[in-house]
Parts: sequence; structure tokens; C-alpha cells
Amino acid sequence: MSARTPNLSRPTALTLPHVARRTGLYVLLGVWLAAILGPYVVMLLTSLTPSSQLAAAGASLWPGEVSTDAYRELLGSTPFLTYLRNSLLVAAVAVPLALVCASGAAIALSRFEFVGRQFFMTAVLVAQLLPAVLLVISLQGQLRVLNLLDNVLGLALVHAAFATPFATWLLKGFLDSIPRELEESGRIDGASSWQVVRMILLPLLAPGMVAAGTYIFILSWNEFLYALTFMQSTSTRTLPIGLHLFIGEYQIRWDLLTAGGVLAVLPVIAGFLIVQKRLVAGLAAGAVKG
Amino acid sequence: MTMTPTRAAGAGAPGTRRAAVAPAAPRPRPRRRGLEAYVYLAPAIVLVGSFAGYPLVRSVWFAFNEVNPFSGVQGFVGVQHFVDIVTHPDFAQIGRNTLVWTFGAVALQLLLGLVGAHLLNARFALRGVYRGLAMIPWATPSVLVALMWIWILDPNHGVLNGALRALGVTDRPIAFLSESSTALPTLVAVDVWQGVPLFAVMILAALQGVAPELREAAAMDGCGPVGVFRHVVLPAILPTILITTLLRLIWTANYVDLVLIMTGGGPGLSSTTLSLQSYVTAYKAMDFGGGAAYAVLQAAVLSVLVVLYIRLTAKGARR
Repeated sequence: MSARTPNLSRPTALTLPHVARRTGLYVLLGVWLAAILGPYVVMLLTSLTPSSQLAAAGASLWPGEVSTDAYRELLGSTPFLTYLRNSLLVAAVAVPLALVCASGAAIALSRFEFVGRQFFMTAVLVAQLLPAVLLVISLQGQLRVLNLLDNVLGLALVHAAFATPFATWLLKGFLDSIPRELEESGRIDGASSWQVVRMILLPLLAPGMVAAGTYIFILSWNEFLYALTFMQSTSTRTLPIGLHLFIGEYQIRWDLLTAGGVLAVLPVIAGFLIVQKRLVAGLAAGAVKG
Repeated sequence: MTMTPTRAAGAGAPGTRRAAVAPAAPRPRPRRRGLEAYVYLAPAIVLVGSFAGYPLVRSVWFAFNEVNPFSGVQGFVGVQHFVDIVTHPDFAQIGRNTLVWTFGAVALQLLLGLVGAHLLNARFALRGVYRGLAMIPWATPSVLVALMWIWILDPNHGVLNGALRALGVTDRPIAFLSESSTALPTLVAVDVWQGVPLFAVMILAALQGVAPELREAAAMDGCGPVGVFRHVVLPAILPTILITTLLRLIWTANYVDLVLIMTGGGPGLSSTTLSLQSYVTAYKAMDFGGGAAYAVLQAAVLSVLVVLYIRLTAKGARR
């Protein structure tokens, strides 16, 4: 009986029910993966189909000929590159800003006891649940007063503010799993409080910061409602808003639309796949713990 | 404050480790005291306070005032906006749509997420890669999700209608997004598509916290697969399921991007939710007070869920 053997928790014999179960598992996995990736494949194929063929026959899963004209036209005669640049600029400000704020807050919540700690813990949780539609209404006027409306910096500040609570939660969870002995021995060796943070804590926190940074990047890159409301000129629009406009403007040019979609999604998917393991662990811990 | 993790929910340890908690959990040391903590907190307080806290308070104040988009608050009107909203003839339909959208999407996500989590927990080749690929919809911009599905659902050129015709299911194109009977269910389906992966991964994390020894012990005691799930696995993952479901209910109710882009709430009002109505009232009708009131009304209803959520997570959060 293989089940009794200590090192084998599962029987390895190829019995009929076993084979049937494995086959069923792989069929289900295949169906799910097809459902997930199908839309992306359709998008990619459409972007490579010549527009004349699309107009005549619609989308097909096997375009007769491959053409990159849509990409050339997208980059050459639409403001796509401007939108791309704006998205990158917003993220370039929002990611470091939110990371600094979230790291500080996470260190305070994980390592210190202070008056109001419980309040801030709850605030971090509640802040993740605030409805964007409610805040957007008064934020618009606020940004106008600050001269930050229709401004890359203004949108970046808003994105950073909205990413900070969850990033804090992610980093706090990460810090809680780092034992405190190292810091204590650093302190015994005479390091100042700031030296302990800078030379011991921050290096240990670096992998968590990569995951949190990617989360902030994804959030900022994908964000729609604030960008739609605040960015009203071509020179400031971000990619999601550009794509949204394209849907209205190029209703019949699906080759162009899908080409834009492919280029817009590549950075997030690449970034996500690189850190997905840690990020998913953090997200899951976020759900388990809040 | 010390907390002994007793429930399996505590096993989804933050960060990387997810080992069984019971034997070697060291007693948490007391945290350091001091004003230094506020120095570390300060940047976050300033940023979140000015761009989330302050606007929140001001938006709520808007809901009780007449507000001009350009010149600001015009005068206090008390609960007039709320009275207008609930006495409006469209309110019943918008409320019903919001319930269908929120509960429909989350119920399906929970169901499929449970199945998905079990699939992801099985042993198979390239599991790590598969888990990563399965999460891609979560990282995809909502605009892009909308764009892909508008194209797939396109009545004339889309692949779905093409496939339905080829299979002989229908002989005329179905305009999923522009018929009032199909618009909202289609939006729910797209949201389910986007939301299942996160649900699955969160439940997966809880599943991984269930010690295999427990399952085996139950199986040896004569539990069938269903019995093991009911008596061992389900009690262990229930806290996670509850918390994730609450979180998703709140997020889905507040999620306006897909509806705004794919149908704009139409045709007619057939897919208009409270969040969308809030945005439309503020930005199409230029009535900021009324728009804020819709959002405040929804937030008030959701606050019940928020309180539940805080209570459920408080155990873990207090550490």
C-alpha cells in the first residue's frame, strides 16, 4: 500500500479512476485558461489583420495574412505616443511617492505602539473601500484651486493617495513577517533609530517594496475614472483615456483599436508576471487579514 | 496586546511564509513606544489626508448642498437631494439594477472562484506559470477589458456572434450591449470574467493554509471527498470567503468603469447602477450636489458591509 509509505502522500499507480481524474483536471484547466486568454488572443489577432479583411469578413481566429499596418498607423498618425508618455510620467511620480508614504506608515504600524494606532489601522482598511465616484466630485474643484487640474502631477498625487493604503497594508504584512531580532541587535550595537531603519529594515523590506511598487504602478497605469474627469486635453491624457476616446472615434477601425490595446496592456502584464508570486501572496494576505 | 492565532485564517501568514502556525509561533514582542512613529506616518497622513480624506468630507458636505461645478457650494438644502432621489420614478429600477449587478457578479465570482481555487491547488505541470497567467485579467485596465469584450460581442463582426451563427444557435446577430434585456446580464458576465481570478487566488491562499494532515486524517476516518470538504476544508476557509465576499461586494457596487464605457447605463436605464447614476448626475447634468447624494446614499448602505468587514479583519489587524 503506497499510501502507508511515509514519503509518498499520494498513490502513484496509474489506476483507471486516477487517469480519469487527471484527464478531467487538465480539461478543466484548459477550458479555464482558454476563457482567460481567449479575449487577449482575439485582440492580438485582430490587430494583425489587414483592415480591409476586417471590414469585409469581421474577426477571424485565423487571419489569412498578417499586417502590422495598424501599429504603424497608430504610432504615426494618432496621439498614442503622447498618451503613453503621460501614463509613464504619472506612474513615475505616483510610484515612488506612494512607496515612500506607504513604507513609512508600514514601519510605524508594524514596529511602534502609539496613541491612535488602532485608528490608523482601521483607516487603512476603510480607505481601500472609498468609492471613487464620491471623491471625484469634490477632487475636481480642489485640483482646480491648486492649479493641478488637467495636470500630470495632479493626477499622480491622486493616484499615489489612492494606492497608499493598500500598499501600506501589503508592506505592513511583509514587515510583520520579518523578525525583530536583527533590529534589536543593531540597536544594542549602538545604531541610531534612523540607522536601524536605513541599514537593516529597508534592505529587508526591498522585496516587499518591489511588489508594492508594482501594485501602485498597475493601479496608476489602469486607473480610469479620475483620469477621465481630470485630464481634458490631448497633451495630458493618459492611455486608458486615449483608448476610451479611440473607442468613440475609430468605431469601425478595430485593427487600430486592438493594436492600441495590445501596446497598452503589455507593460502591466510584463510587470505583473515578473512579481506575480510575491504580489499575489500579498494580495491574498491582504484578503485574509484585510 | 497579544493575540494567539486560533483560526485557520491566521495561517495565511503575511508575506511569504504560510507554514502551520500552531507549534512554534513565538510570542509577539511588545512594540516600541515613542513619538517617532508619527514621523514615519506623517507623509502618508499628509498625502492621503489631502487627496482622499479632505475630498471625502467635502463630497459628503456637497450632498447636502446645492453645488455649482464651477463656483462651488451655493446653499444648504438639507436632505432635499436624498428625498428627490428616493421619490424619483427611476429610483426603483436603478436600485434593482445595482442589486443585480453587485450580488449577481459577486455570487458567480464566488462560485467559480471556489472551483478555480481547487483547480489551482491541484498538482499539475507548470502550476506556477499557470497561476500567473490566471491572474492576468486582474492586472488588465478596465478600459481594455471593455474594449476587448465590445469587440468580441460586436453584433456584425464579433467572434461570439460569428460562433453562435456557425453553430446554428441563432440566425440573426445579437446586440448584447444594446438590447435592454441583455445589457445588464452581459455586463455582469464581463465583470465575472475579470473578477474570478482574484477570488480564486484569495481562496487558494486559504486552502494552502489547511494542513494536508488534517485532510488525510479525516479521509482515514472515513470521510469521502465531499465530507472532507464540508467538515475540514470549508470551516477553515470560511473566514477568508466571508472577508473576500464582503470586499468584492463593496468594490463591485463602487465599480463604475465597465458600465460607463460599455453601455453608458443604457439602453434607457436598463444597465444604470447607483454609482453610474452618481457620475452621470454630476457630469452630464452638472449637478454636483445630486451626484454626491447618490454616492453618499450608496456609501451609507455599504457602510453596513464595511463595519462587518472591519470586525472580521480586526482579529488579524490588531496584532
